[in-house]
Amino acid sequence: MATHESHKKRSGLMDWLTTVDHKKIGILYLLAGGFFFLIGGLEAILMRIQLMEPDSKIFTGELYNQLLTMHGTTMIFLAAMPIIFGFMNAILPLQIGARDVAFPFVNAVGFWLFFFGGLLLNLSWFLGGAPEAGWTAYAPLSTVAEDTGVDFYVLGLQIAGAGTLAGGINFLVTVINMRAPGMTFMRMPLFTWASFVTSGLILFAFPALTVGIFLLMFERVFEANFFNADMGGNVLIWEHIFWIFGHPEVYILILPAFGIISEIVSTFSSKRLFGYSAMVFATVLIGFLGFMVWVHHMFTVGLGPVANSIFAVATMAIAIPTGVKIFNWIFTMWGGQIRFTTAMLFAVGFIPTFVMGGVTGVMLSVPAADYQYHDSYFVVAHFHYVIVGGLILGLFAGLYYWYPRMFNRVLNETLGKWNFWLFFIGFHLTFFPQHWLGLMGMPRRVYTYMSGQDLDGANFVSTIGAILMGAGTIVLLINIVISASSKYATTKDPWDGRTLEWAMPVPTPEYNFAQTPLVRGLDALYVEKTAGNGEMTPAEPVGEIHMPNGSILPFIMSLGLFISGFGFIYANWIVAGAGLGVVLITMFLRSVIDDHGYHIHKEEVEADIKGGRA
Amino acid sequence: MNAGERLTDDNFPAHPEKATLEGKNKFLGFWLFLGGETVLFATLFGTYLGLRNMHLDGPSGEELFSLPLVFLATMLLLTSSLTSVYAVLSLKQNKVRSLQGWFIVTLLLGLGFLGLEIYEFIHYVHEGHTFTSSAFGSAFYTLVGFHGGHVLFGILWISTLLARNWNRGITLANAPKYYLFALYWHFVDVVWVFIFTVVYLMGKVG
Repeated sequence: MATHESHKKRSGLMDWLTTVDHKKIGILYLLAGGFFFLIGGLEAILMRIQLMEPDSKIFTGELYNQLLTMHGTTMIFLAAMPIIFGFMNAILPLQIGARDVAFPFVNAVGFWLFFFGGLLLNLSWFLGGAPEAGWTAYAPLSTVAEDTGVDFYVLGLQIAGAGTLAGGINFLVTVINMRAPGMTFMRMPLFTWASFVTSGLILFAFPALTVGIFLLMFERVFEANFFNADMGGNVLIWEHIFWIFGHPEVYILILPAFGIISEIVSTFSSKRLFGYSAMVFATVLIGFLGFMVWVHHMFTVGLGPVANSIFAVATMAIAIPTGVKIFNWIFTMWGGQIRFTTAMLFAVGFIPTFVMGGVTGVMLSVPAADYQYHDSYFVVAHFHYVIVGGLILGLFAGLYYWYPRMFNRVLNETLGKWNFWLFFIGFHLTFFPQHWLGLMGMPRRVYTYMSGQDLDGANFVSTIGAILMGAGTIVLLINIVISASSKYATTKDPWDGRTLEWAMPVPTPEYNFAQTPLVRGLDALYVEKTAGNGEMTPAEPVGEIHMPNGSILPFIMSLGLFISGFGFIYANWIVAGAGLGVVLITMFLRSVIDDHGYHIHKEEVEADIKGGRA
Repeated sequence: MNAGERLTDDNFPAHPEKATLEGKNKFLGFWLFLGGETVLFATLFGTYLGLRNMHLDGPSGEELFSLPLVFLATMLLLTSSLTSVYAVLSLKQNKVRSLQGWFIVTLLLGLGFLGLEIYEFIHYVHEGHTFTSSAFGSAFYTLVGFHGGHVLFGILWISTLLARNWNRGITLANAPKYYLFALYWHFVDVVWVFIFTVVYLMGKVG
């Protein structure tokens, strides 16, 4: 039996820089995403302060455009998606009974690409100004902008996007190839299902963004003419490409939240999820329809009534599977023994809030009416109801729910409830009045309005709400800090969980399952609990466990791209070439150095089991 | 068994590229990656189709393209796909020398294709058809250049792979790598068939 003793135990910072453990990468995603969430939130509050009163002159003109661009870009690409990826990494392999993800090394590459891409984008604040063409970077706004802001957008997103694509492929293969014995597709927890469909959407949506960003980069850096009408270009090409990516992107964001809500509603109602197979079907159907509707972002562009009608009908169709989900969550709670923990509060708060966002979505899907709503605060209200009222409430719920699994601590419930009520009330105060602001004609993306137009009161209330949301987030930070005390240590199954991630001891062993579990039904752990076992039946004898070695290469590879990003931004070809050279060298090293990982010996695993550590 | 050990004819599995979990994962992951690449090229094709008549005062595709040259390039690339099939057949029969030989032929044919493409681009630039001369120029060089970049990457990939495994024989660790390269090479070839049709043939008939 050949074993490999090349394994080096690393500690401290080096451990985090070289880790390929999906649980640690999940924590890294959560921390980095959380950090960017705070920055994006701060940018939002600054905008709301500017809009608090008419004719205000605090953040005007170009600076306001930078704030609004960076708020959107940061929240979507650097906060929401990484936090989703954090949960996927930390939880998905555990839910399907896997020891790891399919490509641990690629997983680390994905994280560091996102991190350095996000860093590059945000450094623009200090290096000549942030991008100012909106998160959609519409040409020709983005192509004629003369400072380097849009270049940071282009390079930062390209690097981060590559990481996202790698993550998507990784999760698809993990789910298809690495499920434990008995974990059939129709026994997978809904969060795993949602992550699976989301990963499929990433696979087919992100390459379109890659091309769009390349075109924009070639236009700005190499003087190409894709969008320059004087030279035969066409700005509509950007809009089409952007939304062919951009619309699936909103389902990439919301489907994992649906998955999280399904897990939590079921757990805290102490009931199996109502209509499980319908939920799976609805998830897949939403994923499919997500690709069929991008033109509803372009109803006013002038593509004609036939194109508009087709995309209007396809858009409205999405309400059907979404409605199926809403009713199934309600029926899951119906007759259940509901425990209103913080996670459950967020999940329950999610349901009516998301329905409101969905209803305004159907309103917007009528092209004739869209001509009235277009580019007004009504649209701002709509997408914040689905993205914040849907996704962010879902992520808060997931954080409170999975915090014990990820950090071996529970969060304080009293502070959690303060967090919920401040954020929830603040959210509705912020965005509900914006429906009226929009219907009364207040356009989005402008930095001020005049007094005497009946816009003052609603704007003032909206700003107060934003500050309350900020206060709610601060409560969460305090909660996280105090949870570090040993008083908040947790047991392995604090919520009476139903799915596999609650079947392991605290802390989770690096190899997850000492013995791969045998799955005997939906809600695998609950099946064993009702059968009187309390823990999973193993599907294999105790044996050697093969583990991947940590590596610094993902970090260096991403650093190389980060450096080359600066080269392209400042048209310094030596720096650009050197950075790409670093990337090629790390790829070369990865190919020529054989790394077969290492083995954890049977005796060690047995000792862990005896000592209650596995 | 160690995945790095040389396989013998006695313990040779029917599908060495998928005999380990790592191999299975790579096999599936790479197919999915090619799915993403399809979207990438589809987007580039869409852009090209939208802009292909926007040549302004510069020469149009009809004036520029020389079908005999492109046909020769196509033949080189299609033949290289065939030789990579022979290499994979050798892989499945545990014939490492034959595998190396066929992949070297693949590599040389790929280099020939790339040489013709560089010659073609230089020729067009002299005709006044450049990356910045019109929207057609930008779209043409981006689409065909992305494909050329893929060919170049493939050449670097198979070179490294052959050099690294020159004295190793076929193992469960390198079999998936050879196989994946062949998949990639076929994909690059299929994309070229579309480029030949959409860019050159459709360009010629106007």
